[in-house]
Amino acid sequence: MAIPVLTHTDRGLYCPAGDFHIDPWRPVDRALITHGHADHARPGHGAYLATHTALPVMRHRLGDITADGISFGETRRIGDATVSFHPAGHVPGSAQIRVEVAGEVWVVSGDYKTDRDALSEPFEPVSCHSFITECTFGLPVFKWPDPSHVAEEINAWWRTNAADGRIAVLGAYSLGKAQRLLAAVDAEIGPILTHGAVEATNRVMRGQGIPLPDTIPVTPDTNPKDHPGALVLAPPSALGTPWMRRFGPVSTGFASGWMGLRGVRRRRAADRGFVMSDHADWDGLNSAIRETGASRVFVTHGYTAIFRRWLEEQGYDAHVLETEFEGETLDAGEEDA
Amino acid sequence: MKRFAALFTALDQTTKTTAKVTALAEYFTDAPKPDRLWTIALLSGRRPKRTVTTTALREWAAERAGIPLWLFEESYPIVGDLAETIALVLPPPSATSDRSLTDWIGDIRALATADEPARKAAILAAWDALPTSERFVFNKLITGGFRMGVSRKLMTRALAKATGVDEPALAHRLMGDWTPDSTTFDDLIHTPDPTANLSRPYPFYLAYQLDDGPDVLGDPADWAAEFKWDGIRGQLIRRGGAHHLWSRGEDLMTDRFPELAAALDFLPDGTVLDGEVLAWTDNAPLPFAALQKRIGRKTVPKKLLAEAPVILQAYDLLEDGGTDIRERPFAHRRARLEALLAGIPQNAPFRASPLLPFDTWDALAETRATARAEGAEGVMLKRRDAPYRDGRKKGDWWKWKLDPLVIDAVMIYAQSGHGRRANLFTDFTFAVWSGNDLVPFTKAYSGLTDAEFREITAWVRKNTLERFGPVRRVTPEHVFEIAFEGIQASTRHKSGIALRFPRMSRWRHDKPVQEANTLSDLQAMLETYG
Repeated sequence: MAIPVLTHTDRGLYCPAGDFHIDPWRPVDRALITHGHADHARPGHGAYLATHTALPVMRHRLGDITADGISFGETRRIGDATVSFHPAGHVPGSAQIRVEVAGEVWVVSGDYKTDRDALSEPFEPVSCHSFITECTFGLPVFKWPDPSHVAEEINAWWRTNAADGRIAVLGAYSLGKAQRLLAAVDAEIGPILTHGAVEATNRVMRGQGIPLPDTIPVTPDTNPKDHPGALVLAPPSALGTPWMRRFGPVSTGFASGWMGLRGVRRRRAADRGFVMSDHADWDGLNSAIRETGASRVFVTHGYTAIFRRWLEEQGYDAHVLETEFEGETLDAGEEDA
Repeated sequence: MKRFAALFTALDQTTKTTAKVTALAEYFTDAPKPDRLWTIALLSGRRPKRTVTTTALREWAAERAGIPLWLFEESYPIVGDLAETIALVLPPPSATSDRSLTDWIGDIRALATADEPARKAAILAAWDALPTSERFVFNKLITGGFRMGVSRKLMTRALAKATGVDEPALAHRLMGDWTPDSTTFDDLIHTPDPTANLSRPYPFYLAYQLDDGPDVLGDPADWAAEFKWDGIRGQLIRRGGAHHLWSRGEDLMTDRFPELAAALDFLPDGTVLDGEVLAWTDNAPLPFAALQKRIGRKTVPKKLLAEAPVILQAYDLLEDGGTDIRERPFAHRRARLEALLAGIPQNAPFRASPLLPFDTWDALAETRATARAEGAEGVMLKRRDAPYRDGRKKGDWWKWKLDPLVIDAVMIYAQSGHGRRANLFTDFTFAVWSGNDLVPFTKAYSGLTDAEFREITAWVRKNTLERFGPVRRVTPEHVFEIAFEGIQASTRHKSGIALRFPRMSRWRHDKPVQEANTLSDLQAMLETYG
């Protein structure tokens, strides 16, 4: 093998044959973007390429960008490389990017999950020689419960609060998790109020035809008494801030893969933690990697050193790739993942 | 076990006291009685003896999960709890079980006499019959350290709510050396016979910290003062021709301090003293370090007995001539205590903690300033007309401690915490300068806010120089003020000193690392206060 299909540079993953970067973290001329989260879709690139479904949110967040859309499965020739985008199941429009140069196939997973949700295009394994995978939850202690059970838990919590006359505030990332929750909860229980950051994404997604239940944006004039039994969806960074005060005594919940760990759940000091992630769990990562048929695997963000060693013992040619992706973060204040 | 696991989950899901009490009270009303009894036992620290080693549990769990042991070991510190790590890595159960908490505890205890293959088979079968939350509880029963975020006081309140028995009576009934084998739920809770257990202690009354000085307490004449001794709080029971010594944590310490068997000779039957166990020679207390050598020993070698003999410095009398006098005012109990101890020989290991005379708060402040020289930590204030209460009830007993000693030190090692603090760096080693070298002299774990712990954690991740297992050596850059209560020479520490109750009192962002204190500063403190 002469020049590798993708190389690692200080700007991000680079394809010499096609002269483009994938999810670069410094400005470049041409960027292929897996999805709209801030650590993957950064401002300042000359030209963007992303799926038609991912683009509206990116335009909303990045402003006036030069961008081109592509359909899932559509192939495009860039220089000497052939690229195509395939569903990653992370958020609506999120893609894995397949790059083929002279018969050699590499796939960049971006962020992905193998569980299905109501909105995201389901993850599709793509055969390749080399697979660049995230491993945010690459430890055998992370195993997601059935999402429908988690939805039931959230509904039960909301229902109890509604019956007790308390507002339920659920923290969830404003792009992806919030909409997934909107589609999963039982909107019959009560009205759903949204923080501005969540509602902005809702508006974009509704505009592109993604079906979401009705929501009521919270404004300075919002009086909680007008919305008895409400569920409030807000980014995690809003929990515990003065913004919350208007709702009076509330029950707080937080939906994240990290809520699978009791210590983290207790440290977050939310009343309830719901185990729901937009990333693959241990079994999901392992099955996704297996199904690509790849012999070489690069792990990017997450428990990289541990997961690499595990993969090597499973017979893969496994490497760690240092990137600036963040995965699902533990800290409040971090908005995207 | 479902019912108990549900209780555990309910307690775990809330930080609100009322919700916890409600969940517990419901449990104490509707759970099977043997389970209620075991739950009281677990919540008051009476867990079954460990019958399986954690090493074996780790190996079996990794094997069952189909992962190498190293991967299990890497996962454990990230989860921060062994029982939970095991519960999480195991595959879903293939069977179900309706066995009760008491049944499972019976199974676990029976493993004590089983051989290794039988133990393994039993544990694997249990894991395969329990869903994750019950598995976690089951593992906790084996590994111990059962912390459910429920204090004894909270449990007693819930039990009172469920049974209608009042709280102080319940608190008393739950004391002592009962086990679920020696009693039943009904006997423990509903039998109001104090003689049922002659060794049973009274609930300890605890003092609150007086932060802003005693002016708020009103007329000094209403208060009695004594030094706050730095020993082990103990309750000495002399009843039915025997004696028992209880710690505040309800450990029976009778055999550790054989000197106090003199109670049989010098104290009348039907006497209960509350006081401080102190290592004592030449009419003065020895530093806590001397007593510490005694604490770990179940049987005491003669040499140690001679080096660090103990006494009970008594400050209260709870039972007098077989009568519970806790409701009588402090002044009365104190007078009776003095009368009781007046007649016994000087060399008997019982003394009354001297009252400190004072007319004004300023006069007491002056006495307090001499506490360290007396081997004390400050002064105690007790309201003269107050009864002996139980637990932490604010208002009648105050501790007015000396300001701690402080030193500015450099952080050089960091280690992550456990449980709630896993994923955060919370355990640090600090050093002082000796020439151009940094000499480690203490560890500290507490004193920072959650936000500060998060900040230092992010910093440690970016500034790790070297790793030794879970410990990271970090760039010497941050200075912290370390507060502590006492300082002693120590041959076990490289620096030659050991601190009492060290904690981080301030993050000295303002102080460059070169300006941290030196080893000679510490040695000077040792000279003055050691």
